[in-house]
Amino acid sequence: MTSRESILNNIKKNIPSSTIELPQTNIAHAIYKDKNEKFKTSLASVGGNAVWLEDGNIDEFVRKNYSNLEIIVSTCKEITCTNRDANKPNTPHALENVDLAIIEAEFGVAENGAVWVKNSNNRHRALYFLATQLLIIVNKNNIVDTMHEAYERIEFNQAGYGTFISGPSKTADIEQSLVIGAHGPTSACVLFV
Amino acid sequence: MGHPQLAKKFVANNERMKWHDKAIWFVRKKRDLAVHGLDEWEDLREIAKQIKTHTINKLDFYLEEFEKNAQQKGLHVHWAKDAEEHNEIVLKLLLNRGAKKLVKSKSMLTEECHLNPYLEKNGIKVIDTDLGERIVQLRNEPPSHIVLPAIHLKKEDVGKTFEKFLKTQKGNCDPTYLTRAARNHLRKKFLNADAALTGVNFGIAQTGGIVVCTNEGNADLGVSLAKLHIASMGIEKIIPRLEDLSIFTRLLARSATGQAITSYTSHFHAPIEHGEMHIIIVDNGRSNILQNEDFKQSLHCIRCGACINTCPVYRRSGGHSYGYTIPGPIGSTLGASKDLKANKTLPFACTLCASCSNVCPVKIDLHNQLYKHRQNVVKRGLLGTKKYAILKVATWVMKHPSLFDFSGKMARLIVPKLPRNILYSKVNIWGKKRELPKFPQKSFKELYKQREEKK
Repeated sequence: MTSRESILNNIKKNIPSSTIELPQTNIAHAIYKDKNEKFKTSLASVGGNAVWLEDGNIDEFVRKNYSNLEIIVSTCKEITCTNRDANKPNTPHALENVDLAIIEAEFGVAENGAVWVKNSNNRHRALYFLATQLLIIVNKNNIVDTMHEAYERIEFNQAGYGTFISGPSKTADIEQSLVIGAHGPTSACVLFV
Repeated sequence: MGHPQLAKKFVANNERMKWHDKAIWFVRKKRDLAVHGLDEWEDLREIAKQIKTHTINKLDFYLEEFEKNAQQKGLHVHWAKDAEEHNEIVLKLLLNRGAKKLVKSKSMLTEECHLNPYLEKNGIKVIDTDLGERIVQLRNEPPSHIVLPAIHLKKEDVGKTFEKFLKTQKGNCDPTYLTRAARNHLRKKFLNADAALTGVNFGIAQTGGIVVCTNEGNADLGVSLAKLHIASMGIEKIIPRLEDLSIFTRLLARSATGQAITSYTSHFHAPIEHGEMHIIIVDNGRSNILQNEDFKQSLHCIRCGACINTCPVYRRSGGHSYGYTIPGPIGSTLGASKDLKANKTLPFACTLCASCSNVCPVKIDLHNQLYKHRQNVVKRGLLGTKKYAILKVATWVMKHPSLFDFSGKMARLIVPKLPRNILYSKVNIWGKKRELPKFPQKSFKELYKQREEKK
């Protein structure tokens, strides 16, 4: 008998025939009057910041706020102020020294300041974690209240990778002192356009 | 050694014990703040419990569903009935690809399987990449908490450890400085790793993928650089649907650290370019717990650590006092279910205050389980002879009302007159670190009688 069979057989032997139904997950949940404001405070509480760009000029925003950075890459085609193509290298290791990664997210979640990132046009997912700083572009109309609405917008019918990112990486493993910037980015800005 | 002996070491340093208690209680308070802000909290707990109950009762079905869907997406699925088989599978995967350097993110399952020493014995260089886990790995200690592995250490301890191994400045124990030093040290390890291993927070049967939650980004960084991703998953980590995560992601981080969500909640349904992703489904005694109605709910656990943070015993005795992979209430019931004889003191490392059950996001009846384990310890004759004899005498006295009254009267008369060295002699194990209350003049029964007569 393979281990697979022996595990499954032992489970079958040990569980009673069940009649417990799988419950609905769409319960009544928090609705925020001002989703933008809630998103902003949620993100600020985890060390990130949210900005609404009135004129939609991302290039200008990057030039103004990240002028001192050397290596800037982007997964968004419309951004021209980058100086490397993140998809060009054949190994993700080449992205080791990226100072700023400009990436796209599908939507933001007001209750926790997270954004859903599932870029099929980004070749190396390591980019999200190797870059020292992250600038995440989100359509300003795409904010949901809670994770209930978030998961209605997500599917994994095909193989792939997707992640909720909420602020920069962080740790509190030394005496519970919060330190922003653990292994991943040390700053994260969500830019609504 | 049992819990009382191991705890003795920890409580010997009174100041450290109080600091630990306070540090952990701080996390519990953060949890309360996060939870009280949500009107639907109790609904979330109830739905989570129902999902888990349903899933555990159809676990074979969902595991097969998971396997089928994972394979359809090109992921490899392995089955390990015990720790030994799990470790062998990992080693074989590494050796077959010539992988020598492995970076790991947090996985209590691999702690349970003692994977690190096994791999190291076989020539693999293993690096734990979670900051807390790296600290305890360098110190050659096990984690003392499932979410905060190095919570038993002060920053001065960490500073000294890093001085020795990472060549940090002497005497510098600033958390930001130390974290940056670890970041630089581990960045190199990530970039040079041949393979990466992660735990699994949730395995989704419907989509055949896994979800891993971290704050540091170490799981993602590891597996997005190395070509080989190995994920070790206990059989109980399965959830039926992707949408179930809307419930669990809302519960997990709030319960664990008081965050609304972890920095990264990553859904893996594919390896990286030219990479491979392997999921090892591990039983290691879990399916045996299913047969026991009293304890099977312990398999609902999502490893948030809320029960640990709230436990008055854990907070004062530290994680290493349990001598089991997982400390605190959940570890005590899992350990007792796995091997009652080896872990017979754990059900007693509990005041039966039930705070654990009240904070558990999936409503496991933890304190009831520990109470039932205690009864099993007695039934199986595993209780110490001294304790057993005392309980026997107490039972006998309590069964005879007049004898009980007499004993009470005598105790009230004699005990207050006894000198300390007799009263707190070695025989009185209860009196270690505890003071007897002031004895009243009269028993409750006498007072009650008196009151009735006055009417």
